[in-house]
Amino acid sequence: MGRHGPCGAVASSRAVSVPSTAGRSDRCRVGLVTSGPGALTTAARSPNSGPGRGVVAITASAPERPATPAGADHAVELEGITKRFPGVVANKDIGFTVRKGTVHAIVGENGAGKSTLMKILYGVQRPDEGTIRIDGREVHLHSPADAIDEGIGMVFQHFQLADNFTVLENVVLGAEKLHGIGEGARAEIRRISDDYGLDIDPDALVEDLGVGARQRIEILKVLYRGAKIIILDEPTAVLVPQEVDELFDNLRELKSEGLTVLFISHKLDEVLSVADTITVIRRGTTVKTVEPSSVNARQLAELMVGAELPTPGTEESTVTDRVVLRTEGIVLGAAGASRNVLDGISLTIHAGEVLGIAGVEGNGQAELVEVIMGMREPTSGLVFLGDTDISEWRTREIREAGVAYIPEDRQRHALLLEAPLWENRILGHQTEEPNVRGLIINAAGAKADTERIVKEYDVRTPSINVKAGSLSGGNQQKLIVGREMSHRPKVLVAAHPTRGVDVGAQASIWDIIRQARREGLAVLLISADLEELIGLSDTIQVILRGRLTGTFDPDTVTAEDLGAAMTGAAGGAEETR
Amino acid sequence: MSTFSARKLLLAVAAPVLALVVAFIVTSGILLVLGDPVVEVWQTLLSWPKPRQLVQIVNGATVYYISAVAVAVGFRMNLFNIGVDGQYRIAVFAGAAFAGQAWFPGPLNVLLTIVVAMVAGGLWASIAAYLKVRRGISEVISTIMLNAIATGVVQWLLLKIAVKQPGSNTISTKPIPESSQLSGLSLIPGATNKVYTLILLAVLVGVLYWFVINKTRFGFDLRATGRSESAAVASGVKVPRMVVTTMIASGALAGLVGMPLLFGQDHSYGTTFQAGLGFAGIGIALLGRNHPLGIAAAALLWSFLDVQSNALQIRAGVASEVVFIIQGVILFAVVIAYELIRRADVRLEQQRVARELAATRSDAPTPEGATA
Repeated sequence: MGRHGPCGAVASSRAVSVPSTAGRSDRCRVGLVTSGPGALTTAARSPNSGPGRGVVAITASAPERPATPAGADHAVELEGITKRFPGVVANKDIGFTVRKGTVHAIVGENGAGKSTLMKILYGVQRPDEGTIRIDGREVHLHSPADAIDEGIGMVFQHFQLADNFTVLENVVLGAEKLHGIGEGARAEIRRISDDYGLDIDPDALVEDLGVGARQRIEILKVLYRGAKIIILDEPTAVLVPQEVDELFDNLRELKSEGLTVLFISHKLDEVLSVADTITVIRRGTTVKTVEPSSVNARQLAELMVGAELPTPGTEESTVTDRVVLRTEGIVLGAAGASRNVLDGISLTIHAGEVLGIAGVEGNGQAELVEVIMGMREPTSGLVFLGDTDISEWRTREIREAGVAYIPEDRQRHALLLEAPLWENRILGHQTEEPNVRGLIINAAGAKADTERIVKEYDVRTPSINVKAGSLSGGNQQKLIVGREMSHRPKVLVAAHPTRGVDVGAQASIWDIIRQARREGLAVLLISADLEELIGLSDTIQVILRGRLTGTFDPDTVTAEDLGAAMTGAAGGAEETR
Repeated sequence: MSTFSARKLLLAVAAPVLALVVAFIVTSGILLVLGDPVVEVWQTLLSWPKPRQLVQIVNGATVYYISAVAVAVGFRMNLFNIGVDGQYRIAVFAGAAFAGQAWFPGPLNVLLTIVVAMVAGGLWASIAAYLKVRRGISEVISTIMLNAIATGVVQWLLLKIAVKQPGSNTISTKPIPESSQLSGLSLIPGATNKVYTLILLAVLVGVLYWFVINKTRFGFDLRATGRSESAAVASGVKVPRMVVTTMIASGALAGLVGMPLLFGQDHSYGTTFQAGLGFAGIGIALLGRNHPLGIAAAALLWSFLDVQSNALQIRAGVASEVVFIIQGVILFAVVIAYELIRRADVRLEQQRVARELAATRSDAPTPEGATA
């Protein structure tokens, strides 16, 4: 790996001027290092530094490592990392140190800047200021390929696996030069799987495997490429509690083998149970680095939020006996698959009731919403709004009839990112007052009403003429919620309404849903956040492989019970029908 | 607000100006390399046109304008109607055949011919719309194919119904009666030739286009579909129906492209009728950013270059085809420049929003700022 020569050499001469980081504990802030990024732009580039040379790179460049006093047992050191990134939280003066062979958790609210930080560490984005040191040696990461060469591997929240490939094929994809694509690779996968207790069969077909196993394949993929430092981005978001425990066992195994794990999460209990060190990030900067033994979840949460922690939680029941939304045996067949995507879904929501749907993502929730909203034609089954059969209605008629809709993916389904806020206020209500007068758009009316929404729902924006894409996620979502609530809805279909929004927006969205429920709104709430479901719902139903498999009372159910029902592990869940 | 719109205007003008400068430099470079007289070429091209040429420029631009608007309607919803070329030829043939029969008196004949042409263009475009909605075939592919088919169909039908022009080899449809010919408007002083009467049609098309796209519910749905199809679907837009409506509207507008030529100049459809107007329309719509006034400016520029290039061979000894190089380079440059400026605009606005929010926050510190 001669091409790493210049990088190491230059880095070492720079690294000498860096003040010692030994002895820093809580506040990992150090004055800005003089060397900016980009100094090595051309020197360190190599056209074909593909993945798969990680192991070699590390050992070969190790002798060039400067004798920084603190670098010896520090796998990763970040200093003064600043990223000015328009529209979302920039990273500002981030600094912390990750010891080798530990699980280091990065916690922070959604939108606190964790993902940006990890993208910087994985070479997807480059910091405007600050230094990254790997094993005590300063590095400049221009691309994920550079990061892989430095022994950094990343497991993304959304798996990047081809379903119709075997484990082996998925693992070698893009790393064919390492151990070939045949027996050599198979043996290597077996070895890694055994060494770290991953329990992966290289010849299994990925589509036959569960979420937990897929995640282990992703971990195996980065190990196969020689990663010594593994970044896991919200790994537990897609797992049920039982799978989380298994994952944590795997992480402890990795740790004991001398690997370093960077674990990003906002679930505090998990972090406290698995991490050796916790760094809290708030509003783009490092707030504190703590030992898990010295804090409890409450204190950690307050560090994260910087204020009192809001909890979802309904007050007394407002459920009436008036049925507002009802579905009857909805079946949705899938092309070319033996199993139906939706298989006989019957549910009833009354005025003043929040019906929560719990389920691991991909069990039919998204399709159920699309069927109710008229965006997808079910194979069979009926949908009633009050006493009216709306099964044959199209989306626009359904929305006009008073079904408000907060889609799962707001950027793709609820907003025109390049259109101004006031045009986004019209979207979804193109036929309703005050947006139109007859067939003509009433721009003045829409603008005035957008001003009202911005004020009432606390959408933080300098003007209603800015593009929706310029707003932060939380403010986009408040605009959407405000828009949907502005047409006197009878039903609210809300899919993950607080996903990816900051804690302030989350609290106000919960308040809005509670308020509307008191006023007799029927809510279908789909969420992956079990706490949100338990806190807001009057009834929780579990969806598993397209069927509603159990009904739970949120007052008595625990997250573990739900988790068991969501994976089908629980035999005892009562049948709904 | 005033600085806001001033910035917007600046950004809007920056890209075309940049593209023109790039085209100037690149073309000069090519001429230099080939040893052609650079200065003379530009002197010829950029000299102020005579009144007669001004009329030619306006007339050319009129036709280009309609063609570009027809393309732009599709562009606004990410529908690439490459088939304006075939649609206008089908339409003008149908219109000319109809008008030549002189079933109706003077102006009524003109009016009905326009309707016939729009219907013909719309029908031809509806084939591509059907294939896209029902069979999932990209409209780019199908309209390109349909252009080739249109050429054949028109040629074949022309042979069937054509009348021989006395004293020439060209054939054409039966000429339209004199009472239905439009002699033109004397808009430009000192010119012996006249501006097409149907420039009024182009103006009407432009105004309607602006109104429908920007002011109506249909236009909102159309633009929403163009910006994000998934969001449009969730908002209740029936996208397949929008595809069909827009494609047919685009084809109907394409049907108008040949009308000024038919009534103001050729008076029949024959083998010498101007070709390639649909493809020029694609470029002009791009250059004019699908904006009714932008397209007008772009159409005038295109026509200006066309007319000015006629003198190149005589005055500079350079083939007039050099203008195609200029037009092509302008298009390349402008597409790149627009994308760069669009990204810059998005970035600048995000920064501005972040900055203004940060400023209000530091004025009145809130306990929990919703920064994210």
